[in-house]
Amino acid sequence: MKDKITEKLLLFIAFSAILSLLLITFFIFQQGVPLIFKAGLQNFFSLKWAPTKGGFGILSMIVGSLMVTTGALAVGVPFGLACAIYLAEFSSSAFQKTLKPIIELLAGIPSVVYGFIGIVILIPFIRETFGGPGFSVLAASIVLGIMILPTIVSISYDALMSVPSTYRDGSLALGATRWQTVVMCLIPAARSGIVASIILGMGRAIGETMAVIMIAGNALKVPGSILDSVRTLTSTIALELGYAAGDHRAALFACGSFLFLIIIILNIIAIRVTGRK
Amino acid sequence: MTLRIGPRTNQIIAYVILLLMTIVTIVVLFFIIGFVFKNGLGQLSLEFLTDKTREMGREGGIFPSIVGTFFVTIFAIVIATPLGVGSAVYLVEYTRGGVIRRIISFGADCLAGVPSIIFGLFGFIFFVIQLNLGWSIVSGGLTLAVMILPTIIRTSEEAIKAVPHTYREISYSLGGGKLDTILKVVLPTSLPGILTGIILGIGRAVGETAAVIFTAGSSLGIPTSLFSSTRTLAVHFYILAREGISMPKAYGTATVLIIIILIVNFVAYRLMHRFIARYY
Amino acid sequence: MIKVAIRNLSLYYDNFQALKEINLDVVSNEILGVIGPANSGKSSLLRAINRLYEIDYARITGRILLDNEDIFDLTINDLRRRVGLIFATPVVLPGSIYKNMSYGPKLHSKFRKGELDEIVFNALRAANLWDEVKDRLYDSASRLSGGQQQRLCIARTLAMHPEVIMMDEPCSGLDPVSTAKIEATMLDLKENYTFIFVTNNTKQAARIATRTAFFLSGELIEIDSSEKVFTNPQDPRTDDYISGRFG
Repeated sequence: MKDKITEKLLLFIAFSAILSLLLITFFIFQQGVPLIFKAGLQNFFSLKWAPTKGGFGILSMIVGSLMVTTGALAVGVPFGLACAIYLAEFSSSAFQKTLKPIIELLAGIPSVVYGFIGIVILIPFIRETFGGPGFSVLAASIVLGIMILPTIVSISYDALMSVPSTYRDGSLALGATRWQTVVMCLIPAARSGIVASIILGMGRAIGETMAVIMIAGNALKVPGSILDSVRTLTSTIALELGYAAGDHRAALFACGSFLFLIIIILNIIAIRVTGRK
Repeated sequence: MTLRIGPRTNQIIAYVILLLMTIVTIVVLFFIIGFVFKNGLGQLSLEFLTDKTREMGREGGIFPSIVGTFFVTIFAIVIATPLGVGSAVYLVEYTRGGVIRRIISFGADCLAGVPSIIFGLFGFIFFVIQLNLGWSIVSGGLTLAVMILPTIIRTSEEAIKAVPHTYREISYSLGGGKLDTILKVVLPTSLPGILTGIILGIGRAVGETAAVIFTAGSSLGIPTSLFSSTRTLAVHFYILAREGISMPKAYGTATVLIIIILIVNFVAYRLMHRFIARYY
Repeated sequence: MIKVAIRNLSLYYDNFQALKEINLDVVSNEILGVIGPANSGKSSLLRAINRLYEIDYARITGRILLDNEDIFDLTINDLRRRVGLIFATPVVLPGSIYKNMSYGPKLHSKFRKGELDEIVFNALRAANLWDEVKDRLYDSASRLSGGQQQRLCIARTLAMHPEVIMMDEPCSGLDPVSTAKIEATMLDLKENYTFIFVTNNTKQAARIATRTAFFLSGELIEIDSSEKVFTNPQDPRTDDYISGRFG
């Protein structure tokens, strides 16, 4: 008897995750979507963001988010994959055991600290070496790239490690070098895990807020070069929510709705790719 | 004349590049921590840790933020742990493939990928405004609870799955019911793994800014009740840094923040290893 | 006297039929040996009798009677207390030897400290393990050797005061000395319990089983006194298996 009650109770509890997700979806959309209809799609996807004056165009911010994310991937993916491959295929298990916690530690550092380091070290460096304000797409890309590194490393590492050792052994037995084995045999075999790690890294980069606010400059125009200042969707929300009211606030929720939609789509793709049961 | 690079040379080049990139990654981490510590450790004094915040953070200490962070985090853990562990128990013990399992897993996985600013928006509109809880420890704690829920579900699920099936069979054979088996065999065995998840959740909660600033607020007083607004360490650090209020205090706050994270990670790491050592 | 009666028992894992219309009686105080090649349904038979198949999401048709009572009329706790099962690999629960021993009894009743100690002592003695562990009852059970762990599993089951003890390849992976100890224990306990044991080792069945049943692909081919089965089997398939023509 108590077993039956327990089962029902646990079923109820187990739905808390999906319930939260539904609540989030509902409230974000409920606040944001009416505004999108009110403003009209042409307005919403225009370049003019002046929410107190009826301009609800998020296009410059979409471009900003895209540029920063692409930059982050350009930095994070090569380094992340390199680490994952080195760890999985070329290092001793002792080294792996020491490195894994270090990577996890990198993941645990709060984004505000990354932003801060960016302000104090990276921005002046960029300003002096390349010119421009320093607060730039470049700065955001580098810092975000470092921030998504742990995601890419750990998921790709797991993917590589779960390739059956028979693949490895077979390739080596045919006379291939370890590097050839990695390139021609293991990476293709671990492909879905690696792709998933990149997609999840992308999701993290798009959603990152605090670090970006601190170092990307937040200028409202589409950047002309990577040394220009840029503003992302997330920055806008975080910068303006504190004092926004009425339509302005609804517009921020509209930004959030758009962002949320993109992230959910990315997540679904990632889940599909890994085929997680 | 083209230069032919043989596979062996290729491998050496690849190895060197990979090693270099790995080293760069490690160096970056140590550099970040080292840099903050170098500038911030000097700030750490008993006074800094126990004094009220004055002059918007220019003077005084970070005691209110320490208290605020503590309560918000505890509140989040108290809510998220039963929900997370319960979900994990249900997933492992009561489902076997099937629709319900996929729905629950999907919910948890998607929730894990939601960015913190969205949690901030949600917490703001739902807890602060709709449920009228205001900017408070409660609002912040509830929002963080939803944020760390997937972490706890995932780690607990792994820990519970790792309990050997024979343990359960033995319990059933001795006449134990399902609840008995879960409470007396499965959960005690998976406890270290579950604890690791909780501790990792604490680590995430402590470092959170975007979700907390719009739900717990940024009031600088020592919180007097669960409904007081409070400024957590991460939020305080953000404000200090961005408004340029006080660099030394900012470094100090960051140092405290990182030390907490280091302790959290260290404890989780040791727990994990004791878990593996004990049962394997 | 018939202790366990099995009537037309079939067992299905999803669409796979592991047992096909089994009809079998287990006599009180006998040691029934169950032999047969892999996947012949031997383990499934045991797991049917104490309803453990249910946690594998399998299902059965047919009837099983314990002392003439349908096992589905009993509470599942009661059934599993009266019919104990010892697995092939000795798996000790995490914790001390004492904890392993007291887990089962504590599930069913409340005890005062003295009573529990006595149950533990009696069970360990009956399993021929008491002398070896009496000084380290509170040590971790995982420190015992394989043979000792298996006897601990037997003791753990005995602490429940079962009537039938089922054993699924109890000596696989054990050295001959430990095996001999366990077989001796079974012979000692036979007076007070009924044993059903599955084994891949036909010689073992020949050594200690009163009667032996031969299973093949989910069917009961032959069951008779061990002497008869091993010297003069009725069915040619039994003969082939015992002489090693297949296995």
